[in-house]
Amino acid sequence: MLKLMTSIGIAALISLTAVTGARAAGEAIELKSVSWQHGGLFGTYDRAAAQRGLQVYREVCAGCHGLGLVAFRTLSDLGFSEEEIKALAAESDYEDGPDGEGEMFERPGKPFDVFPSPFPNANAAKASNGGAYPVDLSLITKARANGDNYLYSLLTGYTDPPADFELAEGSNYNAYFPGHQIAMPSPLSEDAVEYADGTPATVDQMAKDVTVFLAWTAEPKMEERKSMGLKVIIFLLILAGLFYAVKRKVWSDLH
Amino acid sequence: MSFEPKNTAVKWVEDRLPIMGMLHHALYEYPTPKNLSYWWTFGSLAGVVLVIQIVTGIVLAMHYTPHVDMAFNSVEHIMRDVNYGWLMRYMHANGASMFFIVVYLHMFRGLYYGSYKAPRELLWWLGLVIFLLMMATAFMGYVLPWGQMSFWGATVITNLFSAIPVVGESIVSWLWGGFSVDNPTLNRFFSLHYLLPFVIVGVVILHIWALHTNGSNNPTGIEIKDGQDSIPFHPYYTVKDLFGLAIFLIFFSAFLFYAPNYMGHPDNYIPADPLVTPVHIVPEWYFLPFYAILRAVPDKLGGVLLMFGAIAVLFALPWLDKSRVRSARFRPIYKQVFWVFVLVCVALTYMGAQSADGNMVEFRGMVPVEINGVVQMKDGVVLMEEGITFALSNVLVSQLLTAYYFLHLLVLLPMIGLFERPRPLPASIAEDVLAKSPAKEEASNA
Repeated sequence: MLKLMTSIGIAALISLTAVTGARAAGEAIELKSVSWQHGGLFGTYDRAAAQRGLQVYREVCAGCHGLGLVAFRTLSDLGFSEEEIKALAAESDYEDGPDGEGEMFERPGKPFDVFPSPFPNANAAKASNGGAYPVDLSLITKARANGDNYLYSLLTGYTDPPADFELAEGSNYNAYFPGHQIAMPSPLSEDAVEYADGTPATVDQMAKDVTVFLAWTAEPKMEERKSMGLKVIIFLLILAGLFYAVKRKVWSDLH
Repeated sequence: MSFEPKNTAVKWVEDRLPIMGMLHHALYEYPTPKNLSYWWTFGSLAGVVLVIQIVTGIVLAMHYTPHVDMAFNSVEHIMRDVNYGWLMRYMHANGASMFFIVVYLHMFRGLYYGSYKAPRELLWWLGLVIFLLMMATAFMGYVLPWGQMSFWGATVITNLFSAIPVVGESIVSWLWGGFSVDNPTLNRFFSLHYLLPFVIVGVVILHIWALHTNGSNNPTGIEIKDGQDSIPFHPYYTVKDLFGLAIFLIFFSAFLFYAPNYMGHPDNYIPADPLVTPVHIVPEWYFLPFYAILRAVPDKLGGVLLMFGAIAVLFALPWLDKSRVRSARFRPIYKQVFWVFVLVCVALTYMGAQSADGNMVEFRGMVPVEINGVVQMKDGVVLMEEGITFALSNVLVSQLLTAYYFLHLLVLLPMIGLFERPRPLPASIAEDVLAKSPAKEEASNA
């Protein structure tokens, strides 16, 4: 009986290992892997990259994709000054009101406004994009598995389709998009933007920069979180040590 | 050592409501076995996590809006604009997972040491009621952020009730408050998600009351015989539990501060869209074993019954286990089978996350070409093509694991109890403690 049970257990263990092995070799697309400065236990956002990424977003992505959860004022996290933020916000007009006469009016954007939406509503967005909805990018890196690497891979993953691949009308081939057919044409091309800091605007560079920026929009409190975590865990380690010492002391009269 | 207040104000209260005496009794007079290992820490940890969940939950409710058009953005408002809102939300979301980790360990400890046996059947039952309430609360809480997984998880799970004959469809509409998961559903889920934790607190009080009636079980599974076997709860177990708590909080913090979305699903950062179904609808990890059992059965009603049966059968455990010996330490066969059972539960969790129509293991090779089930021949030779020669489907693996889950509880447990010859029990807890060197005791606790 005992032997039987043990062998069942071992068999179960082996099958479980075989199972994970078989899964790992599954057909999931392997993403390009970048060592992000904001990864890891102590990683912080690369401010210069994020600022360049904002420029890529504004000059390339913002034509179709909104950033509806991000207020201009929060850009101070990325090192923008109050004046720069006011100027950025004021570049677009916002409908406000009603005023004292009951009329809606247009006013320049203020730091408390969120990034302007490129379309008045989802249907208008679909209508101008051949039926495909350009998603809001505020949370995009958290809304995809391994989001930072996914976004970078996707932006740099436009290639010619394999010979036997049938591409649907209005679709583009992307090596990293699930199903490989994406409605968005390759958004980045060499020198699509001109960086103020003189960094060469290669597709790879712009994809990295905009990914850093969008990682920040998705998780703006990451640096605060990690630095608090370090303090909390150090505190808890000391506390655990103290409790252990007290436990030994209290229990010593029993043994 | 009964409680005699010296302070006149305390005495005045005590004569009218003997609450201090009750606490004094629970801490100083309540005899606790002196040999409890760290496996006994998970009960108090569960209590602490419940408090964390209630406190963070109340703060979140101050900033959250239960409306289909605003729920998602109000959660992001908490994450971005509310002071330490991100901390509150990540504590609450990860706290739910921590609660289940702690409670699952607490339950497996009960299974290993036979803590459910007489006279602790009601204690076990109350624990299972807490577990059921936790599942309902967690499920409804996951719906509140109104992301894609919230919406589709709610749709799939509420739809299970439609499997009930005759009244199923009516029950589902009643749960939804309409004809699909929509604003009324979100509103009632929020209301109930706020209510149920307080019901859990009530059942926890009963759980502790039942515990204190017969006292804690212990690693030997034999009862306290005299003062030699027991120590007061305070300070011995308060300090031991505090150490356990600190270690647990380090574990919790690692997820909270460094991988706060690890146990969540990326799709829940996409706002709910009733017109777009996610590729894979998966529940939170703590529901996965039950989800695997549900999907193992091809028939919807059968799946639902088996899934609920997987928990219902646990209520019968005190009578299914025929062994007179509680602790697996003295049960050579049960001890082995227990770990197989743990493994099967882990495997079920894994299977719950796999796609329903995939294969676990595939071997490829040359197979005959078949069209509409007819093997194709050409010039008297069977046509061959490359294909799957042997496959172990996810459904079959889930079925085998499900079968073993019930086999363990309904067949093995009673049989082993009848045929197993337990090792001799120590005469008392004190003798057992003395028989082991302190060093060895520490090792077995770890």
